[in-house]
Parts: sequence; C-alpha cells; structure tokens
Amino acid sequence: MEAVVFVFSLLDCCALIFLSVYFIITLSDLECDYINARSCCSKLNKWVIPELIGHTIVTVLMLVSLHWFIFLLNLPVATWNIYRFIMVPSGNMGVFDPTEIHNRGQLKSHMKEAMIKLGFHLLCFFMYLYRCEDY
Amino acid sequence: MSAPTGSPHPATNARIPPKLGGTAAAGATTPAGPCSAPHQQNGPAQSQMQVSSGYGLHPQNYITPSGHHSQGPGKMTSLPSDSQCGDYYSGLYPVPTQSAMTSSPVNQQPGAQQIYGRGPPAPHIVGSTSGSFQGAASSASHLHTSAYQPYSFVNHYSNPAMYSANSSVASQGFPSTCGNYGVSTVSNAAYPSVSYPSLPAGDPYGQVFTSQNVPTIRPVKDNSFSGQNTPISQPSPLPPLSQQQQQQSLSGYSTLSWSAPGLQSTQDNLMRNHTGSLATATNNPTLFSSFADSLSYPVMQNVQPSKPSPVVSTVLSGTSSTRTPPTANHPVKPVASVTQPSELLQQKGMQYGEYVNNQASSAPTPLSSTSDDEEEEDEDEEAGVDSSSTTSSASPVPSGYDALEGGSCPDMLSSSASSPAPDPTPETDPAPTLAPAAPHPTKMAKPFGYGYPTLQPGYQNAAAPLASGGQSSSPVYSGFQQYAQQYPGMNQLSSSLGGLSLQSSPQPESLRPINLIQERNILPMTPVWAPVPNLNVDLRKLNCSPDSFRCTLTSIPQTQALLNKAKLPLGLLLHPFRDLTQLPVITSNTIVRCRSCRTYINPFVSFIDQRRWKCNLCYRVNDVPEEFMYNPLTRSYGEPHKRPEVQNSTVEFIASSDYMLRPPQPAVYLFVLDVSHNAVEAGYLAILCQSLLENLDKLPGDSRTRIGFMTFDSTIHFYNLQEGLSQPQMLIVSDIDDVFLPTPDSLLVNLYESKELIKDLLNALPNMFTNTRETHSALGPALQAAFKLMSPTGGRVSVFQTQLPSMGAGLLQSREDPNQRSSTKIVQHLGPATDFYKKLALDCSGQQTAVDLFLLSSQYSDLASLACMSKYSAGCIYYYPSFHYTHNPSQAEKLQKDLKRYLTRKIGFEAVMRIRCTKGLSMHTFHGNFFVRSTDLLSLANINPDAGFAVQLSIEENLTDTSLVCFQTALLYTSSKGERRIRVHTLCLPVVSSLADVYAGVDVQAAICLLANMAVDRSISSSLSDARDALVNAVVDSLSAYGSTVSNLQHSALIAPSSLKLFPLYVLALLKQKAFRTGTSTRLDDRVYAMCQIKSQPLVHLMKMIHPNLYRIDRLTDEGAIHVNDRVVPQPPLQKLSAEKLTREGAFLMDCGSILYVWIGKSCDNNFIEDVLGYPNFASIPQKMTQLPELDTLSSERARSFITWLRDSRPLSPILHVVKDESPAKTEFFQHLIEDRTEAAFSYYEFLLHIQQQICK
Repeated sequence: MEAVVFVFSLLDCCALIFLSVYFIITLSDLECDYINARSCCSKLNKWVIPELIGHTIVTVLMLVSLHWFIFLLNLPVATWNIYRFIMVPSGNMGVFDPTEIHNRGQLKSHMKEAMIKLGFHLLCFFMYLYRCEDY
Repeated sequence: MSAPTGSPHPATNARIPPKLGGTAAAGATTPAGPCSAPHQQNGPAQSQMQVSSGYGLHPQNYITPSGHHSQGPGKMTSLPSDSQCGDYYSGLYPVPTQSAMTSSPVNQQPGAQQIYGRGPPAPHIVGSTSGSFQGAASSASHLHTSAYQPYSFVNHYSNPAMYSANSSVASQGFPSTCGNYGVSTVSNAAYPSVSYPSLPAGDPYGQVFTSQNVPTIRPVKDNSFSGQNTPISQPSPLPPLSQQQQQQSLSGYSTLSWSAPGLQSTQDNLMRNHTGSLATATNNPTLFSSFADSLSYPVMQNVQPSKPSPVVSTVLSGTSSTRTPPTANHPVKPVASVTQPSELLQQKGMQYGEYVNNQASSAPTPLSSTSDDEEEEDEDEEAGVDSSSTTSSASPVPSGYDALEGGSCPDMLSSSASSPAPDPTPETDPAPTLAPAAPHPTKMAKPFGYGYPTLQPGYQNAAAPLASGGQSSSPVYSGFQQYAQQYPGMNQLSSSLGGLSLQSSPQPESLRPINLIQERNILPMTPVWAPVPNLNVDLRKLNCSPDSFRCTLTSIPQTQALLNKAKLPLGLLLHPFRDLTQLPVITSNTIVRCRSCRTYINPFVSFIDQRRWKCNLCYRVNDVPEEFMYNPLTRSYGEPHKRPEVQNSTVEFIASSDYMLRPPQPAVYLFVLDVSHNAVEAGYLAILCQSLLENLDKLPGDSRTRIGFMTFDSTIHFYNLQEGLSQPQMLIVSDIDDVFLPTPDSLLVNLYESKELIKDLLNALPNMFTNTRETHSALGPALQAAFKLMSPTGGRVSVFQTQLPSMGAGLLQSREDPNQRSSTKIVQHLGPATDFYKKLALDCSGQQTAVDLFLLSSQYSDLASLACMSKYSAGCIYYYPSFHYTHNPSQAEKLQKDLKRYLTRKIGFEAVMRIRCTKGLSMHTFHGNFFVRSTDLLSLANINPDAGFAVQLSIEENLTDTSLVCFQTALLYTSSKGERRIRVHTLCLPVVSSLADVYAGVDVQAAICLLANMAVDRSISSSLSDARDALVNAVVDSLSAYGSTVSNLQHSALIAPSSLKLFPLYVLALLKQKAFRTGTSTRLDDRVYAMCQIKSQPLVHLMKMIHPNLYRIDRLTDEGAIHVNDRVVPQPPLQKLSAEKLTREGAFLMDCGSILYVWIGKSCDNNFIEDVLGYPNFASIPQKMTQLPELDTLSSERARSFITWLRDSRPLSPILHVVKDESPAKTEFFQHLIEDRTEAAFSYYEFLLHIQQQICK
C-alpha cells in the first residue's frame, strides 16, 4: 500500500516537475520576446488547474496515508496554489494575465515562483524515490 | 522597433523587395485597384464573383479570384495569397447562411445585391488598363517624382489576390513615394536616392580616419571618451594646431579642463571648419546666412563670417596667459554653460570645414603627416561638393593661412556668441587655455566625432582643472558633481550658488530650502513650467520638448541606492503623438539605426569619425551608411552630423516597406450605436449624426477611407451602404449568441463612393428608433460583430453606450451600492467584473482595431468593466454622466465639442511604440491605454494626439561610467493617408551622484502624474485606502529623506527643497481628486472615469485636472498681457485654490482642463456683471449659463480673449459654466478648492501638519 502511494506520488511529482520546467521555459520565452504575452498567458493558464489538482492530490494522499512530515512539507505549496487561484480578480484572464504580466515585475515574480516550485518538486521527487526504495 | 508591427496579418510573406520588375508586375496585377479609379475600391472582379454565387460560398470565391489574379499579369508572387485568404477569411465568414432577416426599410435585399454586384465591371476594365499602364510607367521611370501613389493600389483588403499584389506594390512603391510625401518637409526636395555621383568615393575619408583613429578605438569601447584617454593619442604637436587650440579657447569653451575639451574642441574645430569653409572662403555673409536659413536653424544665422583682426591678437594673448581667465568670464557665464564646454552642435558643424582648411594650409609645413595630405584631398572633394569657393584651401599658401585662421576665428566667436544667452561675451574669455600642443593630438583621437556622452569635461575631468588651476572659484566651474560634493550642506550650497548670480542655472533656486508650514503662498503666480535638465546649452537646445517627453527626475541618480534614498518615483511621462506645429519629416531610403539595440540615430549620438557613430543607448559603434553622408538640407556631402536626424530630437521618418508587415491599412471607421429606449431618450443620436454630417469630409483619411455603422438594442442592426443602392439598407441579426455578418463586404463602405447613402443614413438615424420599446442592450455581441467586421483591416470602432449591457455575452450586473458612495473605508468594484471586454480588447488589438467608448449614461453602467475594451485596445474613453440632450445642455455641448475634436483629430493606425533607454536603466511598468506585447513594445491599434503614457523606470546597473542617459520613444504608425511613419523623440538627461542634485532636478508635476498613475494601479490591484496611504507616504518619505540630508535645520520645520515645494499640495489635490477621494459622495463610474483619465491623459491635461488654475477675472488689466494673433490676452496671476481667495466682490475663473467655471460673487460689481455677462445685476443671472455673450466692452473683451486663449491652448475645448455664488452648482466649484478643509479631508495646512507628524514619528 505504502509502495503504491509513493509510486503514485513519484509519478505525480514527475509530472509537476515537467510542468514547472514548462512554466519556466514559457516565461523565459516571453522574457526574450519569442512569444507574445497573449499566447504565453493562454498557454500557462491552461496548466494552472492541472498543477493545482496534481499537487493537491499528493498532499491529500499524504494526509490520508498519515505521512505527516511529507504532508506538512507539501501543505504550504498547495495552499499557495489554491490561494493564488482563488485570489485572481474577476476581470483577469487567469493567474497569468497578459495585460499585467509585464507590469510591476510580475514576470519576474512568476519566474521566481516557478523556479522555487521546481526546486521543491525535485526535493519531493527524491524523497518519494527514497521512500519507494524502502518498500 | 525591431518588430515593426504586430499585425498578425498573413500578408507578411508577401513583402517583396523593391525592384523595377516588381513594380511592373504589381502595376499590372492590380486591375482591381486602379489608382485612377479610387472609387471602385472593392475590386470588381471579386464583387462579380460574389454576385454569382451569393455569400454562402464566399470562402471558395475568395480562393478563385485570387487564382485568377495571380494568373493574370502577375509575374509576382501571389502564391502566398491563397493560403492567406484561407486564414484570413475563413474565420470571418463562419456560417454565412444563417438567419439574416432583412427587414429593410428600403429595398428587398436580393435586388440590392445585384445592384452592388453589377456596378463595377465596366470601370473594372478601365481600371485595369490604367493600373497596368501606370505600373509600367512607374516601373520604367522609377523616379521619386512618380505622381502615382502606389497606395491606391492597396485599396481593398478583402480581396485576397490583391493582397499579395498590393503588398508588393506597396513595398515597391514606398521608396518612390517617399519623394512625394516629403513635400511638407525640409528634406524631401533634393534628398531622393540620388547617390552622390560626383564624388570619386567617400573612401578616402574612411581610410583616413580609420587610420587616424586607431588609438581611438579603445576609448570608444570604454564608452567614455573622457579626457583621460586622450594622452594615449597625443603624438605630434603641430604648430598650426596649437593655434587652433587657441581658437578653440577663444570660442569660449570652458577653459578648465584641458585635456578633455581638447578632445572635443578640436573636433569642434574640425566640424566647424567644414561649413566654415563655405562661409569664410567666400567671405560672403549673405551666402552663409541664406544657407543657414535654408537649414532653419536659427542659431546658425548668427554666424558672421566677417574676419576682423582682433582674433589674432587674442590668440597671442592667449598664448601668454596660460590659465587665468576663468575668473574674467566668470560672472558672465553661468555654471551650466561652463560645466559643459561643448558648443552647440551647429557650431561644431561649422567648425569642421574650417579645420579642413587649416589642415590644408598647414599641409606644406613639415610637420603635417600623410593623413593630413589625405585630408587635403578630401577637402578638395569637399570643395567640389560643398561650394566652389573652398578651392583656395586646396592650394595651401602659408600667407593665406593667417587669413584663413583670422577668418575662422571670428566665426567661432560669433557662433559662440550666438549660442544662447548665457555667454554673451565670449571675447572676454578667449585666452584661458593655451594648451601646449597637448590638445592637438586629441584631434587625432576623434577627428570628426563630437562625442556627446564624453563631452562633458566638466563632469569627468573636473578634478584636473581644479588641481592645476587651484582657483578659489573654480569648483563652480568644474561641474556640478564637483561642487556638489564640495558643498554637501544644502544651505551652504544654495547660498554659495546664489551668490554667484548664475542666471541660467536652476540649481540654486530649486534647492532653496523652504519651510512649507511658514510659507503661506506656496503657489507661484504664473503657471509652473517644466524644469530644464541641467545640461549644457547645446544639449539643452537639442533636447526633446518637455511637452512630449518628461522625466520625473531631470537628473538621473547614478545608482538604484541613490534613487531609493531620494524616495522619489523615477519614470517618464510621454505625449508622443502630440499635435506639433513643427516637425521635421525625413524621407530616406535607409533609416539609420543602431545595429544592436535598434535605436534611431539622434542628436545625442557621437560621431567617432565621419564613417562611424556610437550609439548613445548601448554604446555600440555603427557605420554611417553612404546615404547618410549626404545632407539634404545643405546639399553637401560628408556631414552626417548635420543631417536633420542629428539636429532634432523630435523627428518623423517616412518608413520603408521594411517597417510593414502588410500594406498600410486604409482609415476605417465603424460606429456602433446604442439605440435602445434609454439611448433614444437621452437623444445623443441627433448630436452624433449632426456632428458626423458636419465633419464627414474632415475625417482623416485618403481615398480609401471606409466607414460603417451598426446599431444595437437587443438585436444587432447592420447597414448596407454599398454604392448603387438607392437607400441605405438595414439588416437585422437577432441571433446574438452567435453573431455573424450578413453581408461582410458592403457594411464597411468607401466614404467617397457611398457618401450620399451615408448622409441619408445619418439624416434618418435619429428618427428611426423614436418609438422603440426595447430596453435591453446587447453590447457584447455588437462588439463581437464589430470585431469581425473590422478584423480584416483594423481601424477604429467608436462605441456609444448608454446603459449597462444586459444581454448576450459580456452582460453585466449592477455592482454599485449607492450607500457606499461616500464610504471612507473600502471602495469596491474598481476592477472589471468580467474578462469579456479585456479579451475582446486583446483580440481587437491583435487585429489592429481600437475601440473608443463613449458612455452617456444616467445610471451606473459599470465603466470599470466597459473601460477594458478601450484600455487594452489603445482606445479612448469619454464619459458623460447623466447625459440628456435637453435636460443637461452642458453635457450635450460637451459631447458636441468632443465629437468635433474626436472626428477630426489626427489618427495613426496599426501603431506600435517602443521606448528605449540607456543601458543600465530598465522600464518595468507602463501606464496608459495599450497592450504591452513584449517587454518594451506597446501595441497601439490606434494612436491619437490626446493620448499620454507613463513608464516607470528602475536603475539596474550603476550609471557610474556615463554622465548622460538618453531615452528614446519610437512610434511607428500608419497615417490616415496610408503612409507608414515613425515618430521619434529623444530625451537626454544628466546623471548625478549626489542626493542634492537629485532633489534639485525633480520635476514635481511629472512626479505627481506618475504617482497618480501608480496610485490608480494600486487602488485597483489592492485597495483605495492603500493607494491613498501610498500617496501620503510618498510625500512623507521624500520630505523626510530630504530633511535628513539637511542636518543643520531645526526639526520643527517641514522643509522641502524649492523644486519639491508643490509636492504636498499636489498630493493633497490628488487625494481630493474624484479618483481617490473618500468620504465625499462619489459615484463609482465617476471615480473609475477619473482613474481612466489619469491613466490615459497626457501630463498637461492631467495637471489641470489634478490642480485647477484659479484666476480672478473681474479686474483684468493689460498689465503683463501677451499678444496672440493681434489679440491682447491678459495674464491674471494664479490664485491659490482656497475659499479665502474668493471674495464676494469678485468674479473668478477656474480652469479644470475639461471644464471652466466662472464663479460670480454675491456682491460682485454690477458693472462687471453688466459688461461681461450682459445682465443688469447679480439676481438676474440665470442658473445655467454656458457662454459669455459678445459684448462690446473692454472688460468683456478681455475676459473673452482670456477664456478663448485658455481654450485654444488645449485640444478639447472645455465647457464654460457660470456659477452663481448661491446656486446649487457651486458645490461642484467648491470641491475643486483643494486647499480648504472639507468634512472628510484635510485642509492644506492640516495636511502639512499631518505630514510633519508622520516624519517625526
């Protein structure tokens, strides 16, 4: 059972890592003017919910399987994801809004966030991997 | 603008390099768009097809005609067009056979179709022949004088085949049209691509100078050619050159820093000689002045090439006295001019020629190098080119040398004298710097350059003269940094500066500490002008006008740390498309730009030699193209530094086909009108239609101009205005969930072909819906339809809306709670409720369509959501609260006037704007109506002269290695005449390293406008109270930061530098602005509109809105009056905005930008009331009075001329309200008295105390 949980988490984490990399690549494309803000944001907004769900599932799974440490580790990131999603103003086109992404250093902060998430997911990945090997 | 347009237009591929063959082909392939028959815009072939097949089959049709066309005469690549039309039109006509109910007040539809389909064929043939003929002609001659405007080929976008044809035509035609278009300009006449035949080559130049320049290269890369580098290249002292040096010293250069000025000044000589040779050799002042006239550079006219002898003597004296004189000229010369020794560009230009002369004459001397010889050759060429007179210098006669020198010296004297006021007596400072041949070599270093960034020895070499000169007063001369460092204390600084009586330097005044609490009359008597950057005189003259381009800090701090310390916002305020009375338009085949950062060449670049220039933004060294060597103004060769691009900081280029992704679009106007019950009640239709009828001919555009109308209530009505119809035909689409266009081609029609129909429609429209019972408004679907209609071409959509959209996509709910209007706490719903309008705007922006919103509503209409459609599509927003044509005549009048301006003002289509700044600075936030497409590229579907922008800047790298920073705005747009143009503004500002200097250069108005923009953002993204706090904190922080630099002052006082003295007042005004006020009842829409205005208005208008001007007008006198067009305009002093200034005996005029209030006191002099208002006494003045009668009395004349003058000074003519002291309207007037206390807000004095409290905390 444990093994199943961690194998699933591992796969999920892989997906999240790829997603983070995708976010970073797309944002840096925008930074370098390879794509315009409109297409960048529509690309990214598509993946905001999958990311949110993917991460929430792992978190819940950890809670259910009573892995407290991993749960608590995941909790802040999951909360942040949900908070960010909920707090999008009604007039915006999603977490990434093409009309605002170039303003007030939003691009940079999105980039930073994606980087941090990548690091976090990598950490989780190895943690799950290690736990998988245990079983 | 590396990426010229963002038009997603597929036609991009169809660009064809201009070749002769191309023209022929293009000319031939365009039977459909003959230039001779502009009235049949629609491409006859295409319309025939349509007729036969009906619109259900359009997509196929589109392909067939394209094939047909390309098979025709087309040698050209019409291939891409097939795919194009696929992309292009398939989206457009999704399901054309839907239920189009044609309830026509007119004909039955089929007939109409036939009519409009059948019309064209005959002209078609004519057109084709003429078209091909002309094409051939133009190809054959390919002259710039070709009278055909290739654009007229481009008439119709909806014909795919033509597309490719057009694009090639246009690209082809562009270079040739340039000749035509320049007509209004200075440069056009001779400029064309005639490639300077008479010259053997420019090669000698290149060789010579490159060889000479070897040592220079390093300094170049250092990007500061500061004097320090010059020693490297100081080899051979030539006797004549040393004499040159003396000249240079004569010319009034700052004498302090020898090495560095040597650098430039020799260059200056070089350059000055160039034209000097013209003048001096011929000794013909008239010649020269006429030449100067043609240049239209007033400065040059002062140059008098008479050659008096005194020069020589001064030179001699110069030799003897080495370095004393600074003191002599000292009192005369203000700091500003001294710190930056370089002369005016023009003067430099003049020197150049003479230098050549000198060289030539010095050639025989043993010391002259081979390079000199070569220069001599050059100079021969030069002589051939420039004027016949310079030949004398070719035969260098030693005796002639003196003469030449003698001749040249006065030249410089006079030229330096001609440089603005500051140094009226250049003769007094001639001797100072005799450089013992040291400076000469610097000429070697940069023979032709006039490197700006380096030009400021005052900045960079300040230390040297100090050390060597060792004079007590020298710090003042040695540049701003220097003295600022020496006098850290504000008091000392200001006093010492004040003592020096430096007229032109703003520093002493702007740094004078002011105790705000004690200073009762903080507001100056005259309007506040933009501070002048502390640049040297030449740069200052060249700099961009503050009306178009302002920076909040006219002295840029060196580091971000310093900026943080100053606690002031750093940003730019732009008004790029302002109506200009004078604008140099440049027609040129190659637009010279930096190869790495794509900066346009501008007055602040430095020419390293004649062949190379160094970018002032990225410091890359670029080649000067061959074409640039020829100066169209002087018709001379080899003077790149005198080209208009390098002489004007605001120029407009006519762009070549490289700057288009598709052929320039025609002017297309679509009016989308609300005709629901509510709208009909308000009665705006009559005003709009009347206004349109009056201004139909004045709509900007050319023969391709297209116009269309849509109306909507719960359904959408289209109007078929295709020429040939006997009456306009109304097509109603009731399926608002899936909007389609019933007849896509005949809804936007050529203005001139269908003028009668349009007029019929406009006459009929106001009465068509009088009995409507429809109260719903399907704005969203109407906009979607408008987008579909416009997307093939782009253009302008004007939406008139009178209520909350209540049907279909984009419907909105009322969000305003009237009880919260005067809440002091949270103001909600400042942001949009739905992203529908934002998405639509972005779609529109992508298709180069701007949506302008006219909201004329009496109740809440959720402007916050609706405004998005204009905000992100670069449109503009007009709001008329409680509009009613009879009940509210002043609003009706305002609409009328706004419409007049709106319809007739200039317009630019498919525009993009890019702002560049010197390496080290970066832009991070933009304000205004546009879509930021990539980091620094603003996509503007339309640009209008009333649009303003703001940009926030940050300093990413330290600017320690440069003394100047530059900002460049380039606005690429398609004019209404179908030309692609680029308007370039360049602003140059000094970099400073001390906090005091930063404060000295604050532009308080710009800072306030930027803060207002930031506060709007903050209140939408966070909350209004946050924004208000931020505003107050801005004052508190900056004043306390300033206070900490002034340590010796008592803490009880609230001290501000003079440059910031109005800062608290303006911030208070902002807090009491509709946008940010709390506690006073403010309707949500009013508030949001004020925010929109703050975001999109240019600084001049915004300042009036924030802080109105108050004048007393019952005692106007001619004292200090100015004369405008033979009218005497009195200039009453500004009054502070406080009720204490309002006396009952007086009459006051308040200028709020868009509204003028005349307040009449209760016991106002009856004479005034009678003379000016035309009523016997106060009681008889009516409540609603909106204009002053034309009475034949002196006071009436004065008042009216003053008001007219105020009105003329702005594009939107404001409405005049006469407010009686006791009328209910007076609250509106009194709310603008921002220095007074209101129930919810501080008075100015209280605000100051509040700030002081905060600072002390």
